Amino acid sequence: MSDLTRLSAAQLAEKLTSREISAVETVQAHLDRIGEVDPAINAFLHVNTDEALRVASEVDKERSLGDAMHPLAGVPIAVKDLIVTKGQPTTAGSKILEGWHSPYDATVVRRLRDAKMPILGKTNLDEFAMGSSTEHSAYGPTRNPWDLERIPGGSGGGSAAAVAAFEAPLALGTDTGGSIRQPGAVTGTVGVKPTYGGVSRYGAIAMASSLDQIGPVTRTVLDSAMLHEVIGGHDPHDSTSLTDPVGALVEAARNADVKGMRIGVIKELQGEGYQEGVQARFNEALDLLRQAGADVVEVSCPNFKYALGAYYLIMPSEASSNLAKYDGVRFGLRVVPDGAPTIERVMGATRAAGFGDEVKRRIILGTYALSAGYYDAYYGSAQKVRTLIQRDFDAAFTQADVLISPTAPTTAFKLGEKLDDPLAMYLNDVATIPANMAGVPGISVPGGLSDGLPVGIQFLAPARQDARLYRAGAALETLLENTWGGPLLAQAPEIAGVK
Amino acid sequence: MPEITREDVAHLARLAHIDMSAEELDRMAGELAVIVDSVKAVSEAAGDDVPATSHPIPLSNVYRDDVIGETLSNDEALSGAPDNADGRFKVPAILDEE
Repeated sequence: MSDLTRLSAAQLAEKLTSREISAVETVQAHLDRIGEVDPAINAFLHVNTDEALRVASEVDKERSLGDAMHPLAGVPIAVKDLIVTKGQPTTAGSKILEGWHSPYDATVVRRLRDAKMPILGKTNLDEFAMGSSTEHSAYGPTRNPWDLERIPGGSGGGSAAAVAAFEAPLALGTDTGGSIRQPGAVTGTVGVKPTYGGVSRYGAIAMASSLDQIGPVTRTVLDSAMLHEVIGGHDPHDSTSLTDPVGALVEAARNADVKGMRIGVIKELQGEGYQEGVQARFNEALDLLRQAGADVVEVSCPNFKYALGAYYLIMPSEASSNLAKYDGVRFGLRVVPDGAPTIERVMGATRAAGFGDEVKRRIILGTYALSAGYYDAYYGSAQKVRTLIQRDFDAAFTQADVLISPTAPTTAFKLGEKLDDPLAMYLNDVATIPANMAGVPGISVPGGLSDGLPVGIQFLAPARQDARLYRAGAALETLLENTWGGPLLAQAPEIAGVK
Repeated sequence: MPEITREDVAHLARLAHIDMSAEELDRMAGELAVIVDSVKAVSEAAGDDVPATSHPIPLSNVYRDDVIGETLSNDEALSGAPDNADGRFKVPAILDEE
């Protein structure tokens, strides 16, 4: 493995800016690594070789002329295949969009292009981001670099695995109920769900519009902050986009310090249902934070127990509506049954053939929750629970500056283990969902290993206070790395079958 | 709350325009029953006095100036369509022949 693939984005940026290394060799090193390990990992659905190298060579040329460039110019990135890109296919992990090319770029992609960050390709995901394991991709599962028999989390398992396997220093993900943070937790990487509206959703294929959020997937907290500053900020193309400035996130990550910070341990997100090793790493993290001068207090969020149930009403309801557009008319697959079928029969056949089981399950569940007679009992009640969860957060944030919990109740489970039990898979998101319901930001940072598998620690902050995540997250990262003698990923096994 | 029957799923599948085989309807009815049962508590969690939240960060009346910005060309808009003719999306018959 080339040393270049082991460097963080911040380190690459420094070496690129000083012209110690070139963007072309940086991109080539990552493409080589993809060629080497991706047959085993399956993180990428599409590798964007030519364009990535072309952008890299433009960066090298402009730098040699002494042009002022973005600090991350030439640092390559992978993009979750839920985010539309011109010039590359976008599938959303679904057969219904196989071969489809978007006629426009997502705003976040446009911002990557403006910063001259070469796009390495598109990463695998559960179909339409519906899943917690990436096994629900129509293009085969992604494997966890720590153990190829285990899931890399989901839905953004491709982005997390690509970063964990050193195929890319940076990636973009989307988080509707934990799809950035839970894969981060189980692959030993960093994942951030920004404040709802903090990063434009324009060009992110919608699952549940009031919950979806694009965010960074990286190996270090500082790298997430750098990427967040590139993609964040107001976008007139997204009517839910906040007008607030992004904030000094990199500065917060560089000034990592928890001295005097009030950190609230969420009583309801620990204990029963949490693996022993997960709870142990979590408790050790709390001890380290206390020793570093944090004021660790316990907070109670009694309505979080309803969050998972309410989520599984709101998310499918919004998804059933958002996915109505895949009808075989304007884009994607069209299946024409025998005879002279009407458009209605074409739609029924197209959607039957194009959607996988989990997507169908959620569309039917959402259609049910929204149907006449059940709307108040299901969707209406779930929206009220959303208010209760927001009130819990409001109360907790009067007692604490940030909240903390394990990111996921377990380490990575085995491929196939929960395929026939959707409810068991849903439970993996129990600690990440409340943030989406309330729109608050969250980060998952590596918290150590349990039986050789990564555990994630999650911080949550009030809406618009994303900087606090970086300050606390980077502080915990430093404290833990001091105990490990280096990054957690340095302990990852070399990927089996790769020389 | 009512159970989800196979007939319910068949009706929902028709509403959602997804053809389903008999085997799929049976399986889906069983799976949905389990999921719906697990979310039951939600309907009893909040009293009548609790307002609903549809959007996590309150924003209202987001408008832009009424000027033409970037738009897709006709060809771009049609580029992903399974079929098109005369600059329009082409679809199979809307109505039955009868």
